[in-house]
Amino acid sequence: MTWVWEHLGDIGGYAASHALLAGIPLVVGLALALPLGWLARRLPRVAPLIVGGSGLLYTIPSLALFILMPLVLGSKILDAINVYVAMTIYTVALLVRSVVDALGSVPESTALAATAMGYRRLGRALAVELPLAVPVLASGLRVAAVSNVSIVSVASLIGYPQLGYYLTDGYQRSFPLEIGVGIVGCVLLALVFDLAIRGAEWALTPWARAGSSGGSGRAPKEVAAT
Amino acid sequence: MSRTTIDLSTGTPTRAVSGRTVSRRAFTRTAALTAAVALGLAACGAGSNPTAPGTTAAGTGGAGGAAGAVTSVVVGAADFSESQVLAEIYAQALAAKGITATTRPNIGSREVYLKAVEDKSVDIVPEYTGSLLSYLSKGATAKGSDEVYAALKAALPATLTVLAKSTAEDKNSIVVTKETAAKWSLKSIADLVAHQGEIVVSAPPEFQSRQQGLPGLKEAYGFVPSDFRPLKGKAIVDALLGGQAQAANIFSTDPAITINGFVTLEDPKLIFGSDNVVPLVRKDKANDVVTKTLDAVSAKLDTATLTDLVKQVDVDKKDAKVVAKEWLGKIGLG
Amino acid sequence: MITQIWAWLTAPEQWSGSRGIPTRLVEHLGYSALSLVLAAAVALPLGLWVGHTGRGRWLVTGANAARAVPSLGLLFAVAMFVGPRISSNLAFVIPSVVVLVLLAIPPLLSGAEAGVRAVDPAARDAAYGMGMRGPEVLRGVELPCALPLLLSGVRAATLQVIATATIAAAVSLGGLGRYLIDGLAVRDYPQMAGGAILVAALALTVDGLLALVTRYAVSPGLSGKHRGGRAVADPKGQVLAPGPVRSEMPSKSRLEVS
Repeated sequence: MTWVWEHLGDIGGYAASHALLAGIPLVVGLALALPLGWLARRLPRVAPLIVGGSGLLYTIPSLALFILMPLVLGSKILDAINVYVAMTIYTVALLVRSVVDALGSVPESTALAATAMGYRRLGRALAVELPLAVPVLASGLRVAAVSNVSIVSVASLIGYPQLGYYLTDGYQRSFPLEIGVGIVGCVLLALVFDLAIRGAEWALTPWARAGSSGGSGRAPKEVAAT
Repeated sequence: MSRTTIDLSTGTPTRAVSGRTVSRRAFTRTAALTAAVALGLAACGAGSNPTAPGTTAAGTGGAGGAAGAVTSVVVGAADFSESQVLAEIYAQALAAKGITATTRPNIGSREVYLKAVEDKSVDIVPEYTGSLLSYLSKGATAKGSDEVYAALKAALPATLTVLAKSTAEDKNSIVVTKETAAKWSLKSIADLVAHQGEIVVSAPPEFQSRQQGLPGLKEAYGFVPSDFRPLKGKAIVDALLGGQAQAANIFSTDPAITINGFVTLEDPKLIFGSDNVVPLVRKDKANDVVTKTLDAVSAKLDTATLTDLVKQVDVDKKDAKVVAKEWLGKIGLG
Repeated sequence: MITQIWAWLTAPEQWSGSRGIPTRLVEHLGYSALSLVLAAAVALPLGLWVGHTGRGRWLVTGANAARAVPSLGLLFAVAMFVGPRISSNLAFVIPSVVVLVLLAIPPLLSGAEAGVRAVDPAARDAAYGMGMRGPEVLRGVELPCALPLLLSGVRAATLQVIATATIAAAVSLGGLGRYLIDGLAVRDYPQMAGGAILVAALALTVDGLLALVTRYAVSPGLSGKHRGGRAVADPKGQVLAPGPVRSEMPSKSRLEVS
């Protein structure tokens, strides 16, 4: 335990860098997945291409993606940009489908009502559908966040310092405590992300709270239709 | 005392050994850059990231040119403890001379960290004369310590240089357990050939294709193990102890050798030649201060010291940077 | 670069011997299949039971939370623990399989559980009304109805396990991950890229096969109108997003929308 105490500064540093490496791609990935998902819903014919294609990216092993990034980007091999881009790719791979499902969770009648109120296509998407899609979107985002935190640790195999450093270093020195610190750190970080996303969801969906006192039995019938 | 700071531009904690604090303006600048780089994903052209680790404010000479003032260096390390201690020693010794030195531990194998030196992510790495020579010129025949050093200097690319070598040696070696050595009466690597059908060799993955590895063993001794088990660090020792491997490639300074009573096999054909610890420096960083400082470190470093430093990290589980600091303090270079 | 990768993939020496691609493919499939079978043996019955009885919902939540454990760390931790205790290849197989099993359990568990939970209550009531007992209802009604979601959980788990089985190479085992780790050690890009392509191709092929299985296994009586099932387990099977997305969908947050 004293080891942990003595290394608190380092652990914090690695955790912060881990949070950045996992968090920034989460935001960027969401920003990319939203228009892609929206497009997939608008254009049913290319939807399988968008959803399937982005899902395909997730099958690329993370280690390979990290290593091959410099070749694709022309970046230096120790640049953090390699990790950022790779993680963004995984985030998009996970989130596009979430966005499609989330937009699909908006009741048809609500969308029609918005149209009747004079919303144009884009305005309706941004002002009506997007806010209503937040809960499903948030649940997809939480999964992506947890996945990102776990995948970032693999980057330690190629010398990017973050919490994963404790995993590889601990294994090489046969030092269980160090591995434990790495694992617990990752889990706690994932928890922080999870709570942050729940918090954002809570803040963004005031109507859900307003209705909660009257019971949540008013779930729309076709929530799951895609 | 060194502290860990987060380099926002790269998202990596770097140990700013000199304790320079990040100014607020630098903070916002790098934060903005991070955002730009991350969001745009556009600044991806080769070397276009201006905040990459290793970039210094000081103007530097062209490739191969003499280095002028060096204000900051990045010391890289391979993926094993000894390299990390050595990197910390170099970094802290330079920091004591007022140079901002950061470390990038655990980069990977020679194939990887040399690439990082080449693309200027890293300026200095601890190296080993014989291994590096063997990597640079496959057919190198130099054997003696000075001979290897001279051959290495000749073989280096124009942009790189090695400073004075230390007497500390850490060779690659092939070890077996006491029991195996007794059972098959093994003394030299050549003795392995008679039992090669029953021998699994454990070593880092790169051993499989390096000259100082399976190809060299086959060429020099005709030794071809029945299987190869690619592992790293302490896991290699565990595999040897657990019987998942019968012979292993372990560094001669590895404390596991004495702790477990492993037998180091002789290498009469010298495929693992002299391997003195030496700092490999990119020429644009090798100015007087850097050279003198690291030469002073190398002068104090011998094999026994190195073995003890590695033991403190691997066995006593002390941090490489603490071990480095204590030793530098002891020799008066801290 | 592409020609180099192609040259690597098509070189005759890659296609034979104990380090050849066929061997690595078989090893990779072996670890994956073993892990999936073990995970399914635990997670599917458990998921069905939780869905059927409505008890132990925390198991699903717990399994999902366990996803936060980094696979690499778990691998190293288990390897370090069993290493000194076992003196055979199992010392490396066990850690790899443990990691993959734990990876496969959450999507399998939530797929099975959500599948049963999403069964139309009317169908369930009708079954009881016909005099069926609990186990019969589970076997005869709930299980077939849950199949689309359950199989989508299987697909998600399979995809993830195959993509992650590369990790076994970090503890000296074979499989396609060998090409990544060995390629990394000597900076051999074509080898790494070739390995990555093989992993992705394998994952897609297996996923395609499972999509076919899904199409034939799911009762035609479960038309697309079946609530909850269709969105998640699209029988057309173009869905490639891995488990978490799909298996989380029918969870609380979705049903409470609005």
